[in-house]
Amino acid sequence: MSTLLKAVNLTKRFPGVIANEDVNFELKPGEVHCLFGENGAGKSTLSSCLFGFYQPEGGHIEFNGKPVAFRSPRDAIHIGIGMVHQHFVLVSEFTVLENIVVGTHEAGWKLQMQEARARVEELCREYEIDLDIDANVRDLAVGQQQWVEMLKALYLDARVLILDEPTAVLTPEESRKLFRIIDHMCELGLSILLISHKMVEVMRSDRVTVLRKGKVVGTVKPSDVTPDELTRMMVGRDVDLRVARDRSDDRDRTEPPVLIVENLVYRDGRGKLALDDVSLAIRKGEILGLAGVSGNGQKELFESLSGVLIPDSGSIILGGEQIKGLPSRHYMDRGVGLVPDDRFREGLIPEFNIRENMILGWQRHDDYTKGPFLDHKQIGTIADGLIDEFQITTPSGLTPVNHLSGGNAQKVILAREFVHSRKLLLANQPTRGLDLGVIEYVYKQIIVKRDEGYAVLLASEELEDLLNLSDRIAVISSGRITGVVDPQSTTIEEIGLLMAGGQQGVAA
Amino acid sequence: MSELFQEAILVSILAGTVRIMTPILFAAIGELVTQRAGIWNMGVEGTMLMGAFTAYIVATATGSIWLAVLASMVVGGLVGLLTAFMTATMRVDHFITGLGINLLVAGLTLYWFRIYIKGRAQPTFDGFENVPIPVLSSIPWLGEILFSQRLLTYVAFAAVPAIWFLLYRTRWGLELRCLGENPKALDIKGLSVTGRQYIAVLIGSVMTGLGGGFLMLGFSDRYLADITAGRGWLAIVAIIAGNWLPRGVLAAVLVFALLESIATHVQVLGLNVPHQIFLAMPYLASILLLMGLRRKSSQPLRLGIPYFR
Repeated sequence: MSTLLKAVNLTKRFPGVIANEDVNFELKPGEVHCLFGENGAGKSTLSSCLFGFYQPEGGHIEFNGKPVAFRSPRDAIHIGIGMVHQHFVLVSEFTVLENIVVGTHEAGWKLQMQEARARVEELCREYEIDLDIDANVRDLAVGQQQWVEMLKALYLDARVLILDEPTAVLTPEESRKLFRIIDHMCELGLSILLISHKMVEVMRSDRVTVLRKGKVVGTVKPSDVTPDELTRMMVGRDVDLRVARDRSDDRDRTEPPVLIVENLVYRDGRGKLALDDVSLAIRKGEILGLAGVSGNGQKELFESLSGVLIPDSGSIILGGEQIKGLPSRHYMDRGVGLVPDDRFREGLIPEFNIRENMILGWQRHDDYTKGPFLDHKQIGTIADGLIDEFQITTPSGLTPVNHLSGGNAQKVILAREFVHSRKLLLANQPTRGLDLGVIEYVYKQIIVKRDEGYAVLLASEELEDLLNLSDRIAVISSGRITGVVDPQSTTIEEIGLLMAGGQQGVAA
Repeated sequence: MSELFQEAILVSILAGTVRIMTPILFAAIGELVTQRAGIWNMGVEGTMLMGAFTAYIVATATGSIWLAVLASMVVGGLVGLLTAFMTATMRVDHFITGLGINLLVAGLTLYWFRIYIKGRAQPTFDGFENVPIPVLSSIPWLGEILFSQRLLTYVAFAAVPAIWFLLYRTRWGLELRCLGENPKALDIKGLSVTGRQYIAVLIGSVMTGLGGGFLMLGFSDRYLADITAGRGWLAIVAIIAGNWLPRGVLAAVLVFALLESIATHVQVLGLNVPHQIFLAMPYLASILLLMGLRRKSSQPLRLGIPYFR
């Protein structure tokens, strides 16, 4: 079989890092080829080079057997390479049609929307995409925005489509639809380069190229290897995410839950109902998983439970005490710890050093002060102890956290919240974007806290992990809890239906 | 007061409003293009002052006011080039860039003005005359208010629909608005973000320079230090108050100019208030407007945020 797109000894460096080193890679016509690797393994860099967004320092790219040099994505688009970025690159104030058209068309200075409209409608029919192309993108659900990105690439007559973690924000049902579309594209002769770290998606590809630390470990057929072998290729060692779960059923069920939330309602600044009558309870020594596509109210729920945001109505009872409406300091004082989903923006002050970040929010605490002054000696001792305990890789406690990797930065947050909280641990997407090794570590730490008797609320987009870790799983969709299921007896399909907004009972 | 006299004052106030609108409208509608492209040009005041000063020098030195108009546009463009270099190429904070430009121009114009008039009486020039439009100008009331104005006033008003068309009906305008909302969407299609930002800043700055030129040539016969007196800032406020839409900007400029026009007629109106209060009105109105307009706006999402890949 011939080769459509080929990277030969591709090398790309960024200041201080080699993102890709001597990467060789081949994409054949009509295949789904998966790029598999951990964060920072160089998947996105490689695809950005193939798309002309980055220019490699060494090696070259071949298309249809001829060497090509992309000066910009324009050249790549011109020969038929399209890319769907992991973080959507959409203009939320534009309509779907405007998003597809902007930056295209070589001729004509006046906007010619009729022609474009006809072509987009044609594409929607061809791929069975159901979308209001005159709607503003900001009014679309996240899953629908994915179709806009796909249409953008298809509109440019892409023959090669690079999809960077396309299912990250999709419900299981939407993901299945995406793969139906992908299959259809392959039938039409398109080639797909799929970047993923989800095993299911990897295993249904035609071939897999595994990257580790910027280098190609190997290219294999999924049918020739087991998932465990692939994971070992990716990480370089064995990893077990199936953390032992000694279920806490034998605990005292008569004791009232640590946290009782009743009928929380919150309307955001735009008037959208972000939390719609949310009720839940978490017991001591229990992990309540929270499943849902991000952007369905998780953030507002976590912020409500930590006092960052005050819901319009409803009650939050922690340890028998009504605390709704109190400032967040009081939540902290009563033993609530929060691991926010956006670690660098909300969990840390990137320019501050590790020690300062470790005491963030607790800087008035007696342990860290001497009269009106900070007790730097004491802070240093405690922080350095935590750096050892949480195995944070850093030259010193005085290193600014923006010099740390995502995993180490997350450990700084975990250390701070684990040490200062006592009753309730709120973890929103604590493993997002982390390497498997660190994910394993984070989960183990959460289990330790559960066993110490904490109540834990854990939100994750990785359903498998939630099923492994949680004692119960609540599913949130459009700000509503659509169901609470038992991980022992539920299926991913059932959770998927609830994530899409189906009510329990109807789903079952 | 006789009825005839009252009518005459009213017409005079409204005709004055239209004239006062002109320089602010040039700046505001031009800077709207710049802001739509995501560049928050805070140096409008300085750019305008530079345009006014240049117009004075060229008008008095050559005696040609059209040459002076041209010069004010060129110099506005040069200041714009500096703004674009700082914000789009060097990616310096837009506010700091504007602060620097305003201070630089304030100092430079004062210095050059002193050198220019050193040892002689301040030269003057003959400014713009009214150009009544045939037929239309003979409509009672309306003719005098709208159609017996300086030539450039008509141009300023024509610029509003022209800019609207540019922004909303051309391919280039769609790309330009895309820059203000999400520049990466253009970058990943291989289109130059920086290049387009330069053009957007230049359009705004040339028009702002022209506004300064008109301020000089349309209202006065000689230069005064700091002649713009905050009109550049008013242009920025008009964009905010007008919610980043051409018709909104036009409405905001109209209100500001009306207040200023009333202020200049306080004495003939026989109002027993210091006219400075009315002069302060546009600024007071703008503060009130800004306080009332904090959210729900169509402000470009990435306005004032330098673009890094």
